[in-house]
Amino acid sequence: MRLTDIEEAMARGEQGAPRQWAIQHMQQVGRAFDAADFVEVHQAHIMADTESLGEAGVAFLERLGEAPPAERRVRVPTITDPRGTDFAHYRKLGQTDAMAALERRAIDAFEALGVLMTDTCINYQTIMPPLPGEHQAYGDTGVVIYSNSVLGARSNFEGGPSALAAALTGRTPRYGLHLDENRRGTHRFVVRTRPRDLAEWGALGALVGRAAGSYWAVPVIEGINGPPDSDALKHMGAAMASFGSIPLFHLVGITPEAPTLDAVCDPASLPVREIDAAELKSFFGEYGAPGEKVDVVVFAAPQLSLIEMQQVADLLDGRRIHEGTALLVATSPGVAADADRMRLTERIEASGALVLRGMCFYQSYAREMGIANGWRRLLTNSAKLVNILGGYGYAPSLMSMAACVDAAVRGRTP
Amino acid sequence: MSAPRLLRCHVGVGPVAEGEALVTDDNFSARYDLDRIKGIFSRPQHKLHGQSYVGKVLVVNTAKGGVASAWMLHEMAARGLAPVAILFNRFNPILAQGAALADMAICDRFADGDITRLIETGERVKVDPAAGLVTVG
Repeated sequence: MRLTDIEEAMARGEQGAPRQWAIQHMQQVGRAFDAADFVEVHQAHIMADTESLGEAGVAFLERLGEAPPAERRVRVPTITDPRGTDFAHYRKLGQTDAMAALERRAIDAFEALGVLMTDTCINYQTIMPPLPGEHQAYGDTGVVIYSNSVLGARSNFEGGPSALAAALTGRTPRYGLHLDENRRGTHRFVVRTRPRDLAEWGALGALVGRAAGSYWAVPVIEGINGPPDSDALKHMGAAMASFGSIPLFHLVGITPEAPTLDAVCDPASLPVREIDAAELKSFFGEYGAPGEKVDVVVFAAPQLSLIEMQQVADLLDGRRIHEGTALLVATSPGVAADADRMRLTERIEASGALVLRGMCFYQSYAREMGIANGWRRLLTNSAKLVNILGGYGYAPSLMSMAACVDAAVRGRTP
Repeated sequence: MSAPRLLRCHVGVGPVAEGEALVTDDNFSARYDLDRIKGIFSRPQHKLHGQSYVGKVLVVNTAKGGVASAWMLHEMAARGLAPVAILFNRFNPILAQGAALADMAICDRFADGDITRLIETGERVKVDPAAGLVTVG
């Protein structure tokens, strides 16, 4: 890789051990992807939950934090993905004091580096959405796919270590989605139905993701007439990234890089895969469970926007969650503060549900929570969540937000 | 004994590593597929469900899932419950980043085609990521 003078200085350790580690880490990654050089980024977003960091990850951060402030502070605004616990509720969730203690150490370590603990995977709705063409180093696949696709930003999937390396240096290797040639459509889809709710938008994303199926695939989707809202594309993108490791899609006539089909691909060279209402419906069938006891209902993955918080509150008004069922609602600390002020939290929690701040459930020791609480049958309107939780010992089912709330009240699936 | 087979690939990440192959044409995600405490594949739908990956040269098709694998490889390696190397047909940035932090060998893009058909479970495999070379047998 070609290095600038400042990058050479970092690599030689002249700007301290943290920046030396960071630039060398990114050189290894850049070589594996044939990056010619680095590109400067404006923001970094770090996956920072202790479930994935572990003791080893937290200790690594603490060692970086031992450097003097001038050597350890991040060079661009740096924010965090959801964390592993909510200190107000961790005992109720069956999480342990050891988990909370590790979380506190992680927060101290990140703050020593100058990281803002936003604890959110919906920063594109709540913190500072990127501009078209803006290079970023975002963690969380849902953040990357939304920012690339809907907002026209340029980011690869940056895992925690690489997002941190980008934060410490203000740059990332120039490969993948930073390059024009990797943003062209590679797979064509024509959708013959219009999803009706967030679960269906997620299911559509899941079907596209599963069919396209690789980080190097860029689905181009036709047939969506008129833009859906931000929450719909949030769920669609998160599911597409989860099922297929996809970092970018184009919705013809809707997303900024695809004013027309010809603008983003060579249509004649790509076979067309159709998705109709029957296929969308059959996807729900893969995660069905008629008439069973429900252990836990989760709204998360991605965290809920303020609008979704209001929808949950409206559905729960005057109702009571079944005593054998838990209902968890995960949102960002920023949205939660607004929800408190607008009394949405109070309306949701009056039903017996719990609003979790800065968590996103699956990043939060989901396996341990399941064992501690005897949770197995889980309902959600998040296609991303049903994909993840199978490996965590849950039997997840996908249904609409309204059907999930009904089931939480009855304690059984419809 | 037949002569060792040499397989060329793209320059990868991490140190030279050696171990017994565990091969599948399925995909890999540390968060979605593994019970990292026990060191086994735990996702019921995964073709290696129930099998231990500890100390193995894991051979899989591609990388799936989220960004968590990047921290998780490091955490798994620190507890000594990790594969020694992972070979992919195609990995993604997350796995490359995770391998760099974990100091784990990973390689992809093999010259002779589908790596999941070029190695069999149980064979001895030596991986040299810097040279882009894998030796089998």
